[in-house]
Amino acid sequence: MMTETARYCLLIVVLAIVVATLFVLSLTVGPADVGPWQGLAGLFAADDSLIGLVMREIRLPRAILGLMIGATLGLSGAALQGYLRNPLAEPGLIGVSASASLGAVIAIYTGLSALMPLALPLMALGGALCAVLVVRLMAGADARPLSVILAGVAVSTFAGAMTSLALNLSPNPFAALEIMFWMLGSLADRSMTHVWLAAPFMVFGWLMLASLGRALDALTLGHETAASMGVDMKRVQRLAVIGTAASVGAATAVAGAIGFVGLVVPHLLRPLVGARPSRLLFASALGGAALLLAADILVRVVAPGRDLKLGVLTAVVGAPFFLVIVMRARRQIA
Amino acid sequence: MSRLAVSNLSASLGGNPVLKDIAISVSPGEFVGLIGPNGAGKSTLLRACLGLIPSSGEILLGGTDLRRMAPAELALHIAYVAQDRDIAWPITVEVLVDLGRQPHRGAFARSAIADHEAVEAALQRMDIGKLRSRRATDLSGGEKARVLIARALAQQADLLLADEPVAGLDPAHQIALMQVFRDLTRQGTSVVASMHDLGLAARWCDRLVLLESGRIVADGAPAELLTADLLRRVYGIEAYVADVAGGLIVQPTRLAQTGIEQGISRDSTA
Repeated sequence: MMTETARYCLLIVVLAIVVATLFVLSLTVGPADVGPWQGLAGLFAADDSLIGLVMREIRLPRAILGLMIGATLGLSGAALQGYLRNPLAEPGLIGVSASASLGAVIAIYTGLSALMPLALPLMALGGALCAVLVVRLMAGADARPLSVILAGVAVSTFAGAMTSLALNLSPNPFAALEIMFWMLGSLADRSMTHVWLAAPFMVFGWLMLASLGRALDALTLGHETAASMGVDMKRVQRLAVIGTAASVGAATAVAGAIGFVGLVVPHLLRPLVGARPSRLLFASALGGAALLLAADILVRVVAPGRDLKLGVLTAVVGAPFFLVIVMRARRQIA
Repeated sequence: MSRLAVSNLSASLGGNPVLKDIAISVSPGEFVGLIGPNGAGKSTLLRACLGLIPSSGEILLGGTDLRRMAPAELALHIAYVAQDRDIAWPITVEVLVDLGRQPHRGAFARSAIADHEAVEAALQRMDIGKLRSRRATDLSGGEKARVLIARALAQQADLLLADEPVAGLDPAHQIALMQVFRDLTRQGTSVVASMHDLGLAARWCDRLVLLESGRIVADGAPAELLTADLLRRVYGIEAYVADVAGGLIVQPTRLAQTGIEQGISRDSTA
C-alpha cells in the first residue's frame, strides 16, 4: 500500500514536469520568427516590443488555454467514467459539448459573432447551461447514473440535429464553412479575453469534480453499496453533471469540440494509479493537459501555415490509439 | 431498545406493492435469517431498511428515525453487503476492503491505526489475507463475495445487512461465514442476512423471518418455525426436518404435489 502511494506521488511529479515542459515548449512554437530564448525573455520584458506582444497576446493565451482545456477534458473524463462506472464515458456524453457547439453555431449562423466576437463563446456557454438544465430535469427524479446517460444522449442528439439544421439552412457557403471549421476545434488566434471568459467556469467545474474523489471510490462497488457507505448519490449527480457542464462547456465555448482526450487519458493512466478513481482525477487532469499541449504543438509543427485543426489531430491520433488500448484490454480478459 | 425496529413498512417498485405492512425488530447481538421464495421481498426489505428505496411506515435505527439521518451518519450504524457483486475497476483487495473505513475518515484524512486494524481484522476473518495484493476483478465469484463481505466488516457498524452472502461460497467458507456472523453477534453486532440455504439458516440463525409475497408470514426461532408443513405451503417443497443432537437439520427433498409444482414435477417425470 505504501509503495502504491509512493508510485502515485512519483507519477504526479513526472506528469507535472511533463506539463510544465510542454507549456514552455508551446510558448516557443509559432509562425512568427521568434527564437525560443528571445521569446521567453520577451514574455517577461516590460517593453512594448513586437516580440513581447506576440508572446503575451498570442502564444501565452494559446498555451494557457491548451493547459486548461486539456486539464478540463482529462479531469471530467475521469470523473464521468467513475460516476457512470463505465470506461467508455467521456465528457461529451452528457450533452454539454453538443449543446455548447449548437450555441456557437447559432452565433455564427445569425451573424451575431461577426458583430461581436464574444457572442460566440457566450452563446456556447448558454448552450451548455441549457444542456445541464435539461439533463438535470430529466435525470433529477432519481439518483441513478443510467438516467444521466439517457438524458445526455437525448440532449446530444437533439443539439446535433439542430446543428445540422443550421448547416443545412446556412445563408451562404462562408457561414457554413465557418461553422464547420469552428466545430473541428482549435486553439489558434485566441486571446487573453478568451482565457478570462473561460477560466472562472473551468475552475468552478474543477473544484466540483475534484471533490468527488471519495464518492467515486465508493461507487466502484455500485451505487447502492456506495449509498450505504454514506455517499449522497443526489449530491454526487449534481456535482458530476454541473462540474462537467461548467468546465467542458467553457472549454467548448472557447476552443470548439475536442474529442478523445477525455476518453483516452483516463484509460491510459488508470493502470498507473492502481485503478483508484479518486487518484485518477488529478492524474488525468495533468495527463489531459500534457496531451492537449503536445497535440497543439504538433499541429503547428507538422503543418505550419495549413491551420491543421486541433480537434482533427486528437481524433486522428486518438482513435487508433484507443483501438490499441481496447485490444490490449481484451487480450487481458481472454 | 431494539437496534432496528420496523413497523407498518410498505414499499412499491414500478407501481407494484412489494412490501406490505412489514413489522420486524432486531435486538443487539441477534442473528436474524431472512428467508422466503424468490420475489418474496427479502432484498427489497433490506434496501428499504437502508433507505435506498422510498417506503412508507416507520424505520427506527437505535430509536432514531432512519429518514432523518444523513447518509454519512447512517453509514456509521449500518453496513450492507449487496447481492450485486460487480466491481467496476481493478483495484486491489486491500484497497477495496479499506473502502469500508471511508465513513470513519474525514475527507482528506489519512488512515489511522484503527483503520489499519479494522482492515486487517476483516481480511483475517474472511480468510483473504493472501489475496490482499490481487486485483479484485480477477478473483473468482466466491472470492469476490468474501472480499465484499470483508469490506462491510471493516465498516464496523453495529448492524450488518447482508443480501444472500452465502451464495457462491464453497461449503467450508459457508460455515466459516456463519461462524464469523456468530462471532460478530457475540460482540454485540446485529446481523440480518437473507438466505436460501434453509439448512444453514436453521443451524446458525437465532431467529428466522419468513417472507412471502411481500408479507411476513412467520417470525420465530428456527426450531419452531421450520416445519415440513410450512415449507410445503410457502416453498412448495417436501423437506426432511429433524432436531438432532447437534442442532436442527433441514434438507429439502422434492417438490410438493400441489398447484404449479405439480405441473413441474409431472414435466420432469414425463
